[in-house]
Amino acid sequence: MSPIIMKNSETVSPDTIVSVPLHRVAHGRTGDKGNRLNVSIMPYDPACFDLIAAQLSENRVLALYAHRGATLVKRYDLPLLPAMNFVIDDVLEGGVNGSLNLDGHGKSNSFILLGMMVDVPAKFVRQPV
Amino acid sequence: MSPVFRVGNCSGFSGDRVDAAAPVVETLIALGGPCAIFFETLGERTVALAQLEKRRDPERGYEPMLERLLEPVLVRCATHGIPIIGNFGAANPAGAAKVIARLAKRLGLPELKIGVVYGDDVRERLNLATHEVYEADTGLDMGGGDVVSANAYLDAKPIVDALKAGAQVVVTGRTGDPSLCLAPLIHHFGWAYDDWAKMAVGATAGHLLECGAQLTGGYYYDPGYKDVPDPANIGFPIAEITAEGGLVVTKANSTGGLVNAQIVKEQLLYEIHDPRHYITPDVILDFSDVTVTEIGKDRVEVKGFKGSPAPRTIKATVCFDGGWLGEGEISYAGPNCRARARAAADVLLERLKIRKLDVQARVDLIGVSSVHDGDSGEKWRASTHEPEDIRVRLAVSARTQDDADQAAREALALYCCGPAGGGGVRWRTTPRIRTQSYLMLPSDLSPGYSIHVARELA
Repeated sequence: MSPIIMKNSETVSPDTIVSVPLHRVAHGRTGDKGNRLNVSIMPYDPACFDLIAAQLSENRVLALYAHRGATLVKRYDLPLLPAMNFVIDDVLEGGVNGSLNLDGHGKSNSFILLGMMVDVPAKFVRQPV
Repeated sequence: MSPVFRVGNCSGFSGDRVDAAAPVVETLIALGGPCAIFFETLGERTVALAQLEKRRDPERGYEPMLERLLEPVLVRCATHGIPIIGNFGAANPAGAAKVIARLAKRLGLPELKIGVVYGDDVRERLNLATHEVYEADTGLDMGGGDVVSANAYLDAKPIVDALKAGAQVVVTGRTGDPSLCLAPLIHHFGWAYDDWAKMAVGATAGHLLECGAQLTGGYYYDPGYKDVPDPANIGFPIAEITAEGGLVVTKANSTGGLVNAQIVKEQLLYEIHDPRHYITPDVILDFSDVTVTEIGKDRVEVKGFKGSPAPRTIKATVCFDGGWLGEGEISYAGPNCRARARAAADVLLERLKIRKLDVQARVDLIGVSSVHDGDSGEKWRASTHEPEDIRVRLAVSARTQDDADQAAREALALYCCGPAGGGGVRWRTTPRIRTQSYLMLPSDLSPGYSIHVARELA
C-alpha cells in the first residue's frame, strides 16, 4: 500500500496512527423529533467500525453537545451496515418550535460529531478528492 | 425476476422543488408496468401553519404549492393510470380536492376521480388532560398557549380504500409518511394488513423515499468527500417492490444526483431512534439486520428489515400557539470587524435590559459561530477567528408580537447608535408554534374517505 499524505503534506505509512476529525473517516446524517436529535455515523471503510466505535462513547458524545443543553446520549449499533446511531436528548434547546438557534431542526448538528478527533491508522483516512 | 410495482416520490417536504415530479413520472411511464407516485409535503408544524391559514380563509389551509406541484404531471398520470397520493391536503383536504378538481377541469380531465381522506383532525376528540404524552416529548415547556391544531397519524387503510374505490388522486391530511408509499402496494399486491413482513417492505420503502432527494444525493453532498453529479437537477427516488417483498431503490432517469449504499444507510437511520423499534402507524420496523448492496448504477438493494405488529396506540401531534419570534440582523466587515460585532452583540443584550422587554434572547455572530453554538454564545465569545465579515443576529422569544418587534428593532437602531460600519439590517417577527405529541386509541378515531368527480367539485 502506498504512503498516505496527511493534510500538512506530511507522508506517513498506512498503519501509522494519526489523529484526525471523524469527518475524514466517516459520514453521517442528523434527524430530529421533538426535543430529540439523532446522529448516524457510518465509517467509509467498514474495517474501522470497531476502532471508531470504541472511541465514540456515549459520555464523550454527551460532552460534545453539553453546551447545547444535551442531557442524555444513547448509542445504538448496527454492525451489519455498519453504523452507529446516537440519540441525543434535549439538545435542541426547545426543539424546532422553541429554539432561538437559527437551525432549530439541528440539521447541521451531524457536523459537530464529525468534528470530533479520533485516532486511526492512516490507511482509513479519506483524502479529499 | 418477479414483476415489480414501482413507487416514485415527487416531494419530500413543503417547500421542495416543484419541478421534481415530471422526470419521475416520465421514468415510470418509460419503464412501463404498474406504479404510483406520492408527494410528502406535511411536516410536524406545517399542519399548524396551514390551520392558521385556514382560520384566515376557510377555503385555504392546504399545501400552498399544490397546483404547481400537480400541474406538470396530472394529465400524464391520469392518462397512464398512475395514482397520485399526497398529504398536500394539510389542514383542509376537502379544500385541496376542490383545487385539484378545478385544475383537472382546466386541463381537460373533468372525470378525474379524487379521493379525500378524513379523520386525522382530532381537536374534538383529544383530551390533553387524559391522553398520555408521547415519550419523546415529555419535559417540553409548552408555554400554556392555545391549541392551534391536533392531528392523528392515520395509517394506510383509508388511502387503500380510496384507491379501491377508483380514486386517481388521493388527498390526505396527517397520515404516517411511510403509509403514503405503503398504501398503493397494499392495493396492488392485495397484501393483508397483518402480513407484517409485507407491511415492513412498504413502510421501509416509504421511510427511505419520503424525504425525496435525501435518498438521491440531497443532504448528503459534501464536496471532495461525498460528491454528487449535477446537484441542481437531482432526480427524485423510485422504489421497486416485488410481491414477495424484494426492495430496490433507484431514481428518475436523465437527472442528476445518485443512489449509492452510503446514501441509503444515511437515510435508513434518518429521524430514527431505536433502529430495532421504529414505530409507524402500520407496522413496527426492526432495522437491526438490514444490509444494503449496490447492484447497479443508481440501484441499491435493501434486505433484512423485519416487521412486527402495528402499535396499539396512535400518535397525535398537537400544535400550540407559541408566542412570537423576533429577529434582527446587522453586518460588520473588514478590519476589526470581530470586535465591532462583539460590541454590537453586547449592546443589543444591554438594550433589552434597559428597555425591560419581556423576552428571552440569544445573539449569534454568523461567520464566527452560530448554528453550532449554544444560547450563551460561548463559542463565538471564545473564538479568535477574524473573518472577512460577520453578521450579528439577535433572536428573541416573546409572548406578544409587540415585544418581539421592539426587541428586533434594537438591531435596526444600531444603524445610527451602534459600532462603526454596521450595515444591511433586516428585522422581522414570526408567530411561533409549539408541538407536543400524545397517544390515542383506535377507538378514539373514525377515519374514512370520500370520492368526488372533478366536474362535480369544480
